[in-house]
Amino acid sequence: MSEFLIRNAYVIDPLSGIKGEIMDIAIRNGRIAEEVGSNAEVIDADHCLTLPGGIDSHSHVCGTKVNFGRYMSPEDMRAGRTARKGVMHVTSGYSVPTTFGNSYRYSVMGYTTVLEGAMAPLEARHTHEEFTATPHQDMLANTLFDGNWSIMEAVREKDMKRAAAVVAWTLSAVKGFAIKLTNPGGTEAWGWGEDVHSIQDQVPHFGVTPAEIIQTMIRANELLNLPHSVHLHCNALGVPGNYRTTLDTIDLVPDLNDKRQSLYLTHLQFHSYGGSTWKDISSKSEDIARAVNNKPAVAIDMGQIMFGRTTTMTADGPMEFKLYMLHHNKWSNHDVELETGSGIIPVYYSRKSLVNCVMWAIGIELALLVKDPWRCMLSTDNPNGAPFVKYPEIIALLMSRRFRENEIALLDPRTAHYVPLPAIDRELDWYDIAVMTRAGQAKALGITGIGKGYLAPGAEADIAIYPLKPESLDPSAEYQQVMAGFGKTRYTIKRGRVVARDGDVVVEGANSTIWTRSTVPPGYDLSVDPEFMKKFEQYYTIRMSNYPVQDVYLPRGICIPTEASL
Amino acid sequence: MKIDDVVCPFCGCLCDDLVVEVEGTRVVSVENGCTLANEKFMGDHRLKTPIHREGKGWKETTYDEAIRETAEILCDADRPLLYGWSGTHGEAQSIGIHLAEILGALVDNTSTVCHGPSILAIQEVGHPGCTLGQVKNRADVVIYWGTNPIDAHPRHMSRYTTFADGFFLKEAFRDRKLIVVDVRKSESANIADEFVRIQPGGDYAVLSALRAIVQGKRGIIPPSVAGVSREQLFRVADLLLSAKFGAIFFGLGLTMSRGKSKNIRNAIELTEELNRHTKFIISPMRGHWNVYGSNEVFTWITGYPYAVDFARGIAFYNPGETTSVDVLSRKECDACLVVASDPGAHFPKACAEHLARIPTVQIDPHVNATTHLSRIQIPVAVTGIDAEGTAYRMDGVPIRTRMLFRGTYPSDTAVLEQLYAIVKEIKGP
Repeated sequence: MSEFLIRNAYVIDPLSGIKGEIMDIAIRNGRIAEEVGSNAEVIDADHCLTLPGGIDSHSHVCGTKVNFGRYMSPEDMRAGRTARKGVMHVTSGYSVPTTFGNSYRYSVMGYTTVLEGAMAPLEARHTHEEFTATPHQDMLANTLFDGNWSIMEAVREKDMKRAAAVVAWTLSAVKGFAIKLTNPGGTEAWGWGEDVHSIQDQVPHFGVTPAEIIQTMIRANELLNLPHSVHLHCNALGVPGNYRTTLDTIDLVPDLNDKRQSLYLTHLQFHSYGGSTWKDISSKSEDIARAVNNKPAVAIDMGQIMFGRTTTMTADGPMEFKLYMLHHNKWSNHDVELETGSGIIPVYYSRKSLVNCVMWAIGIELALLVKDPWRCMLSTDNPNGAPFVKYPEIIALLMSRRFRENEIALLDPRTAHYVPLPAIDRELDWYDIAVMTRAGQAKALGITGIGKGYLAPGAEADIAIYPLKPESLDPSAEYQQVMAGFGKTRYTIKRGRVVARDGDVVVEGANSTIWTRSTVPPGYDLSVDPEFMKKFEQYYTIRMSNYPVQDVYLPRGICIPTEASL
Repeated sequence: MKIDDVVCPFCGCLCDDLVVEVEGTRVVSVENGCTLANEKFMGDHRLKTPIHREGKGWKETTYDEAIRETAEILCDADRPLLYGWSGTHGEAQSIGIHLAEILGALVDNTSTVCHGPSILAIQEVGHPGCTLGQVKNRADVVIYWGTNPIDAHPRHMSRYTTFADGFFLKEAFRDRKLIVVDVRKSESANIADEFVRIQPGGDYAVLSALRAIVQGKRGIIPPSVAGVSREQLFRVADLLLSAKFGAIFFGLGLTMSRGKSKNIRNAIELTEELNRHTKFIISPMRGHWNVYGSNEVFTWITGYPYAVDFARGIAFYNPGETTSVDVLSRKECDACLVVASDPGAHFPKACAEHLARIPTVQIDPHVNATTHLSRIQIPVAVTGIDAEGTAYRMDGVPIRTRMLFRGTYPSDTAVLEQLYAIVKEIKGP
């Protein structure tokens, strides 16, 4: 029996209603306990900021396209090399680090749970292999359904229950966590080099629209009683004027769940553009934030960009090709039969580019203009907007108007004409940040029930202690300290073990993979459905029996079972 | 006992629809397999026990002894090379890389003598590709360039291209145009709608001509390019441009002929150019069943697909310097561990001679050319027959190979885990 006592911690635990109190935290056998014995090992937190372990609800760290981002980019691998040290393996990479690189860097920043934003079901085994090699975070996989033929056929037949059955079979087969739609319909169109441009465009050959796919999937998700909502990457990402598509999408969302949002809109910065060309692109963050504020049934993450080099990677194949036509650097694409697509290109976000300056402002504006921090997660869509190691800098920008002013002074001077940021005074506080980096994510993902995102007795003992003393630190003025503090914990504790200290990982990891399995009535069991089996007989290039991810790939899997209401 | 949906561990097609009949620890029949698959499953003549050299002859030894001796060889070496990996499952590859990490060794896979140049081209310009089902369901134009699938990947055409009916092509053989580009009229060329015969070494020029035509510059094309007439070039370009979905598959005829990585770069740039007009993809015809898996595993652990040198403590990659052939021809290595490949048969003579000079250990089920260069050989189970694990098809689709029966041989994973534990003990924390 292992016992720990963290004394004198300055605790913010939003889900438990603790907004900054000096208190002790007892840990027994990996969970938060009421109390521990006198032999417990003691950590003196010395009034430092103590939060539940960080949770990233949208990040690209494992799987086919992530690994191809590494494969095609030796220049990025060279940009972040560390040698073997203690229990730490060699790491490579800056924007797309190796799996151990991702895991160590997240751990040092206090992150203990990460959701991979896009897993193609056909290639799920790959994602799970990399999850095992990302040992310090519990991992979850958003599973792509945007171009899924069986789903689109169900949508065309207006058969929501069949759509739910397809999701249930697939999530269970590939050990996925939630439904992800990336440019719904667009990835199938890209199979012919085409795209859809609004939520009312028809998907070639399938006779459905993105709006119909989105609406059906939101309802199918609730029929399955899944912990998370549908997780949507809207159509028309990165296109000037796309805020209308985003507003149209938000309009579609019904309020179907009293515990969390009914739709999670990811990396909304990339979907909040006004103007009609790259020359007159402008921020529509105010319109978007207003729509979000007025619609409690949606939650978002920022998708902040930060200046410098990174690699973009998404299932949105057509978008990556458009981006390539702008950057002319190098381009990879990988369409996945019957399911989805993907693309990768490296980019450099520059302060000398007006477009990039506008994008930078929009992300921050969204975080400041959305009033409810529970519905706005901090993210960069790692690594699309920036590698996650930039989170501390984003936190500092949100907490300090002075820092923002200093940064704005470095931008293309025309920026102010296109964005409202200079006029926004709001500075977020420690509580807001705690919500936007862990508690909000736990609620939005629906994983509080398995003990994630809070520090009350019974919760998983995932804890981050930062060298920051909120009682005496003014984040508005001392933003440099805020940035440094969030970059390196004094202690990161995972399931009751100290895993990182002062910038070094100190133990071998033993993470879990969290997935969902919905039990459906016999009539909806697609493993014996002739029409569904025909997909494998005739169109897939892999046999149905070889498709499911075997249990051996999840050495410490945590299944969240649900009972479908079909 | 008949086992369905068996995965074939021979080539990069990784066919997963074989039916294999097993009696005890013996395969007695194979259905759906090509001749290569049948030979792999049926013609299984294995080394019985570990062997090592004593004097001028071989002597049988135990697994414990052979593994201990291997660990000592590797720990004594200043510049060990761990080579091969493409013929085993991902879990074993992963241990191999971590072994290289603690040894400060070079670790390299067979890409170094096959699609290494393709990888270099991809690192310059990227790779527009897809899974093979996209081709099967959509492609109306397919090109095989510098590859002869009928001999080398016998079921590629029937499972994924020419003979494979798909969702949007109900009668593939009739509706799908086949173009074969090669320096000789291969078996595959015999069934092509268009056979383009190129003079040896002329691929780069022909690719450049096609790019020019696709860019609308027909006027600059000379009457003949590397033996290909202007008329045929126009005809081929028109076929490409009229495709709704085109797929280019290339083999070592393009990758390892004059121009090497630049040929591949040119082919990828042609594909990119075609995507401005229609939909096109390009893909290498990978050889070993899990060579792509070795690239994947290498990449997520080290950041690089092959040719990784841990001598500096960090992962260092510089093909031409850290590639096995270069390291061996410089006589730099002083010990080598070969796993699941046969460099004795595939490497240049000077490299094979160096392997024979230094202590070389082979982990492989069969006696092969490398056996004759080795000091020790440790036989293991064959993945896909009596061992299981992850493999990556040539298009990146991961499939778990099956264990058809439990035999008496340890798997690559088991042997490497034991080796790793001993090396770790010797090296200390």
